[in-house]
Amino acid sequence: MAIWLTENSKIIVQGITGSEGLKHSRRMHKAGSQVVGGVNARKAGQTVDLGGTEAPVFGTVKEAMEKTGADVSVVFVPPAFTKDAVIEAIDAGIPLCIVITEGIPVHDSAVFWAHAVAKGNKTRIIGPNCPGVASPGKSNAGIIPADITTPGRIGLVSKSGTLTYQMMYELRDIGFSSCIGIGGDPIIGTTHIDALQAFQEDPETDAIVMIGEIGGDAEERAAAYIEQHVTKPVVGYVAGFTAPEGKTMGHAGAIVSGSAGTAQAKKEALEKVGVRVGKTPSETARLMREIMQNLK
Amino acid sequence: MDLFEHQAKELFAEYGVPVPTGKVAHTPQEARAIAAELFAAGSSKVVVKAQVKTGGRGKAGGVKLADTADEAETLANQILGMDIKGHTVHKVLVEEGSAIAKEFYFSFLLDRANRTFLSICTVEGGVEIEEVAHDKLAMIPVSPITGIDTVKAREIAKAGNLPAEALDGATEIIERLWAVFVDEDATLVEVNPLILTAAGEVKALDGKVTLDDNAGFRQDAHEALEDKASADPLEAKAKAKDLNYVKLDGSVGIIGNGAGLVMSTLDVVAYAGEEFGGQKPANFLDIGGGASAEVMANGMEIVLGDPDVKSVFINVFGGITAGDAVANGIVQAYKLLGERGETVNRPVVVRLDGNNAELGRKILNDAALPGLEQVETMDDAARRAAQLAGAGA
Repeated sequence: MAIWLTENSKIIVQGITGSEGLKHSRRMHKAGSQVVGGVNARKAGQTVDLGGTEAPVFGTVKEAMEKTGADVSVVFVPPAFTKDAVIEAIDAGIPLCIVITEGIPVHDSAVFWAHAVAKGNKTRIIGPNCPGVASPGKSNAGIIPADITTPGRIGLVSKSGTLTYQMMYELRDIGFSSCIGIGGDPIIGTTHIDALQAFQEDPETDAIVMIGEIGGDAEERAAAYIEQHVTKPVVGYVAGFTAPEGKTMGHAGAIVSGSAGTAQAKKEALEKVGVRVGKTPSETARLMREIMQNLK
Repeated sequence: MDLFEHQAKELFAEYGVPVPTGKVAHTPQEARAIAAELFAAGSSKVVVKAQVKTGGRGKAGGVKLADTADEAETLANQILGMDIKGHTVHKVLVEEGSAIAKEFYFSFLLDRANRTFLSICTVEGGVEIEEVAHDKLAMIPVSPITGIDTVKAREIAKAGNLPAEALDGATEIIERLWAVFVDEDATLVEVNPLILTAAGEVKALDGKVTLDDNAGFRQDAHEALEDKASADPLEAKAKAKDLNYVKLDGSVGIIGNGAGLVMSTLDVVAYAGEEFGGQKPANFLDIGGGASAEVMANGMEIVLGDPDVKSVFINVFGGITAGDAVANGIVQAYKLLGERGETVNRPVVVRLDGNNAELGRKILNDAALPGLEQVETMDDAARRAAQLAGAGA
C-alpha cells in the first residue's frame, strides 16, 4: 500500500518551469510517477516537455487540481515565494504538499504551518528542505533518486537526504514500502511521529528505520511515541555525535544548544524504549537486515 | 547568526525599546573617552561589559562598574583580550550605570516542538533562565499569524507576575520586541534582565538576538552584522566560495555531500580514530548534490589549507549526480588544483557509493591520482583515513 504516495497519486509541480522544477519533474515522470501538470501563474496555458510527454502549466493550484484531479503537489519555487506557494496549495485543499525548497526563513514556515492548522490540517505538508517521498515501484515525488532501491516492506523516515539514499541503497535487496524525507529544518510539516504512525498502520510495512540528527527533541518525542504506539520493529540512527555546540552543520535545525538535542540523549531515549540504534549507517542497515531475516 | 549585546541593543533602540546609553570601544583609550562623555552627561557610574557571544560574562569577570573615566580605562584594559569560555574579548560596551529596582526576564523564541512561537516572561530575572523554577515562568504561545498586540503583550507581562508599576512599560517593550522578532527575522529575542529603574522606567539592560541566516535574501542589513573579525580564516574563505564549511580541531579532513551524511561521516571517523591515537575529523564540509569539478577543487583547497589535516576523506553518495560524474569531478579537481599551483600533498581516501559507483571507481582507478586510494564502504574508508592521519601525525 505504501504511505501517502501510491501508484494512483497524481502529482503537480509548483515551479515546474524553473530549472530544478523541470529537471526533477522529468526525473519523476521517468521513474513512473504520474506528473499531470504544473503551476506558474505567469506561464499558464503553456506546456512543458517531460521527455516525450507534454504536461500542461496552470495558473493556480486550484485550477490544476480541477483539471487534472491532482492530489499531490511538489514545491520547487525559490525561497522568497515558497510561503505563498504553500499557502495557495493549502487553500486549494490539496491532500499532500511536499516542499523541496531549501533555505526558507523559519518565520515563513511558521506562518504556513499555522495556516495549515487554521484550515483544519487537511493538507499534509512534508518538508520544507526535504528530498520528498518515494514509494519504490509505485511513485516518486521529489528529488530522491528512483533507481537506488527496490520495492519491499521496510518503511524509512529521515531528517537527512543523503542518509536516506545511503540506507535505501544498502538495503536495496530487501526493499522499501515508502521512504519519507521529512527535512532538517526547525519547523517541518511532517514529523518522525507522523511517519511512524502511518507505517505502523500500513499493512505493507513490516519494520521501520528512523534516521535522526542533533537539534530539537523530535527523536525523544518519537521514542515516547514508539513506546506507546508502535509494535513493529524499529531501528534507529542518529547523526551528529561529534558536532560542536552552537555550530550549524548545514541543516538549520541541526544545532545543539546546551545539553538539549545532543545525539547521545537521542540515542539513549530510543534505546530505552527498545529501539536498536546503529553506531554507523552501515551498522544500522545490518540491524535492519537481521530483523527482516528473522521476520521471514 | 547570534548578535553581540551591543548589536542587539542598537537594534532594540531602532525599534524604540529603551536601553541604557552607551557605545562600543575596541581599546582602553576609546573606553575612557566614552566613559568621560557619559560622566559629563550626568552618569554617576559606568559599566564596562565584555562583548562575547556566550553567557556567564559576569561570573568570568567580564562585566565591571567604574566610578571614573580613569577606572573605566583600567577595567577595559583588563577585560579586552580576556578569554571567556573560549571566546576572546575584542571589544567592550561602555554604558551608563542603571539604578536597578527590580529585574525581570523576557524572551520571544521558536518553539520547535509545537511548531510556533513562544514568549517567556517572569518576575525572576537577572539569573540564568534555566535556574528559574518552571512554575515561575509564564510560557505563552504566540501565533505567527495574529502575533502580538497591546492586549496580548499585557497578558504576557501579567502572567509573568511583573509588578503593577512595571506593567505599562513592559507591555510597550514586549510589543516593540515582537516587531524586532518579526521584522528582523529573528529566532530568538531575549532580554535578561529587563529592569525597572528606581525612577520607575522599564529598560532592556541586556540583549540577546539570533537572526535567521535563511532570511538573508530579504534582510540586506544583516550582512553588516556578521562578525568577520573573529571568524576562522578558513571558514571565511570557504564562505566566500559558497561552501558550507565548519572548522573543527582534528586531523582527518572531510568532504562529503549532504549535511546528514557529512555529520555522520564525522561521527564514523571519530569512532574509527579511537583506534589510531584519537584521530578526529578536522572539519565539516558539505559540497552539496552537484559535486562539480570546481566545487570539489574549492573544497579540497580549503580542507588542504588546514595545516592540521593529515589525511582527507572524500565520502560521496552518488544519487542524482551519479558516481561517474563525481569521479570525473575529482579527477578534474586535481587538474584544477594543479593549475592553481596547489598540490595534493596528503593522502586522500575516497568512498564512492550509489548510482554508477562501479563506473566511478574505475574512472578513479584509471586516473591513478597520486596519493589517492579507494575503499568500498564508509566504515572501512573512515578507518583507513584515520589510520593514515595517525601515521602522518
